[in-house]
Amino acid sequence: MTGAAPPVTPPVTPPVTPRVGLFATCLVDLYRPSVGFAAASLLEQAGCEVDVPRAQVCCGQPAYNAGDRTNAAAIARQTIDLFEGFDYIVAPSGSCAGMLRHHYPDLLSDDPQYATRAQSVADKTWELIGFLTDVRSWTDIDASWPASVTYHDACSGLRELGIKDQPRQLLKKVEGLELCELEAADVCCGFGGTFCIKYPEVSGAMVDNKVDDIVATGAATVLSGDLGCLMNIAGRLSRRGEAVEARHIAEILAGPATGPAIGPAIGSAADNDGGKA
Amino acid sequence: MAHQTSLDFSKNAARAQADADLQSALAKLQRDTRLARPVITGRLPEFEDLRDRAVAIKDHTLAHLDHFLETFEANVTDAGGHVHWCNDAGGARETILQICRDSDAKIVGKSKSMVSEEIALNDYLIAHGLEVVETDLGEYILQLREETPSHVVMPAIHLKKEQIAETFRDHHTTLDPARPLDVPSDITEEARTKLREKFLAADVGITGANMLIAETGSIVVVTNEGNGDLTQTLPRVHIVIAAIEKVVPRVEDALSILRILARSATGQEITCYTTFATGPKRPDDLDGPEELHLILLDNGRTKLLEGEFRDVLRCIRCGACQSACPVYGAVGGHAYGGVYGGPIGAVLTPALDGIDKAWPLPEASSFCGNCEAVCPMRIPLPGLMRRWRDIAHKEKLNKAGARRGLALWAWAARRPAFYRFGARIALRLLKTLGGRRGYLRRVPLAGGWTTARDLPAPEGGTFIDRWQKESPGKTGS
Repeated sequence: MTGAAPPVTPPVTPPVTPRVGLFATCLVDLYRPSVGFAAASLLEQAGCEVDVPRAQVCCGQPAYNAGDRTNAAAIARQTIDLFEGFDYIVAPSGSCAGMLRHHYPDLLSDDPQYATRAQSVADKTWELIGFLTDVRSWTDIDASWPASVTYHDACSGLRELGIKDQPRQLLKKVEGLELCELEAADVCCGFGGTFCIKYPEVSGAMVDNKVDDIVATGAATVLSGDLGCLMNIAGRLSRRGEAVEARHIAEILAGPATGPAIGPAIGSAADNDGGKA
Repeated sequence: MAHQTSLDFSKNAARAQADADLQSALAKLQRDTRLARPVITGRLPEFEDLRDRAVAIKDHTLAHLDHFLETFEANVTDAGGHVHWCNDAGGARETILQICRDSDAKIVGKSKSMVSEEIALNDYLIAHGLEVVETDLGEYILQLREETPSHVVMPAIHLKKEQIAETFRDHHTTLDPARPLDVPSDITEEARTKLREKFLAADVGITGANMLIAETGSIVVVTNEGNGDLTQTLPRVHIVIAAIEKVVPRVEDALSILRILARSATGQEITCYTTFATGPKRPDDLDGPEELHLILLDNGRTKLLEGEFRDVLRCIRCGACQSACPVYGAVGGHAYGGVYGGPIGAVLTPALDGIDKAWPLPEASSFCGNCEAVCPMRIPLPGLMRRWRDIAHKEKLNKAGARRGLALWAWAARRPAFYRFGARIALRLLKTLGGRRGYLRRVPLAGGWTTARDLPAPEGGTFIDRWQKESPGKTGS
């Protein structure tokens, strides 16, 4: 033989009904199961088979960002073991999806057993909204929300994964929904994981700016794609006594969000009748 | 003008947050920067390609730094200049003082130079009997106020014009106390009059350099006030102080970098003055210094070059990361304590002052990534801050309480069954504490959270438990 033939790459045909491992993320798991259900519903509507591995915990980002690479790597290996068999791994969070997609390969680059597997998991991990629009080319939203909303671009989704137009594209399909764009929508809300606990006053000033801008839109609800930002924003809205409620975008897109908002806003309907119809 | 001594970010930040003038100045800077960015990049379709090119130029230069520095030295010497290699701040200060003494200097004019801040040059020269005058308007104001720059290209951005007018009245006591200083042009006019005297009287001019060009031995200085030109051409002796990473191979490379420098720094397409100078005055030249001295300073760069922080040496000191950082926007540059504030300071100060003292700085970031997004040299600033956090964690420099909390959480996170058991208990507790209001005003063990915000009560139950119960047949693997 004169020279080796180039390796033949089999054409990649995405499975008709891909098996998606839903990585709920620790905040959704602990704080807001309804986002997990909404994400699963959207994935099913988009033609996926959804599985929720029971032993999932956290992506390890708190340890990774605190400089504790040993624990972060251990948690990453655990997540890889649990999810690598799926066609796709989807998380309703740009921050956690970004962790799997960009940081697992860095974290495990020196691990002979996991380096390749980390890259393979990274390659098939997606943030929920980006997955629906960019991978599934799915925009058949069947939901109505006859109210005004505004949208905060969560940092990791925006800058690590390029999630910017996708949520707006889907929100446009929601019947009755009016999107009031937020001034400085792409500026950090000040959450930053443990940053908000380490430097509470600085984080507080940042979220205060965010809340000023949210209130200025006049929207009844603020949406975002990351529960960390939303809890931060909802907590500040509540502390200031603002009558704006906060929800994860998946709750609106998946159909009527019947549960109360994230820690129901003061004076909101949720305080009285337990939910918005 | 020694730089601030305290690297206690929390304490410095609290002071900054209580300063109403500073807060309004910062809000304006951030807003202007945010609105200008799309205009600047939109006008130049090849902006992203230029960034890639600039990164490639710097990476190549850093990979062969010794070669380009030696080429630069040879060409400076050929042109009649003198090159002084200085390892550290002390060496650079002594060398500069000696040059001043050798030329019997009394008055030193200085144009803006961050590296001179790094070595606290002014204090040293003044302590040794020289009169040192900053000639950049911002730096001049700061010198009068005995303050340090709070931004690398807009050193006095933390001040309002009323504060500057007051400073001028306090210091320019020979002028009519009733003179108007209400509009910015009054202030610049007065500064110009005062500084002209100094430009003409200065024996030595000290400038920094935005770039050093290896193939010609030239230095590049950009300013908006022209003070850099007066500083380097009028005095008898011109001293350039530059850190070794400022070298680029060719004139063409300098031009590429210039195209992104001003756009990133101030939103200008190019600065008002961009000066290339090669060697001292030649016999036929009409003006220029009789002597030219180049101080090539290492001050920790070689160490950075060897390790995982090398990318930071691509920095061209444009300040884009500072203007765009929401944490910088909340507290300003002085809160970072070191010479450089903002994200670049959070990476450089630990290298210059030691991570044992500077560990709070890399932690002062929400990792929103905006610094990296705007950095023309694509320096992975959040990634480098995380590297410092790795080191701080390994060396147990950060707070013991935070480390203990993290260790406990990680212990549980590595044991999913235990984690789930613990989560159920914690959630029930939080749900009860949250009560009907749906919010907690105070939370045990997470006081930082409730300083500024309530904690939303959890919905109830974990998703994993509920999925198993409510979605039979679909239970997880």
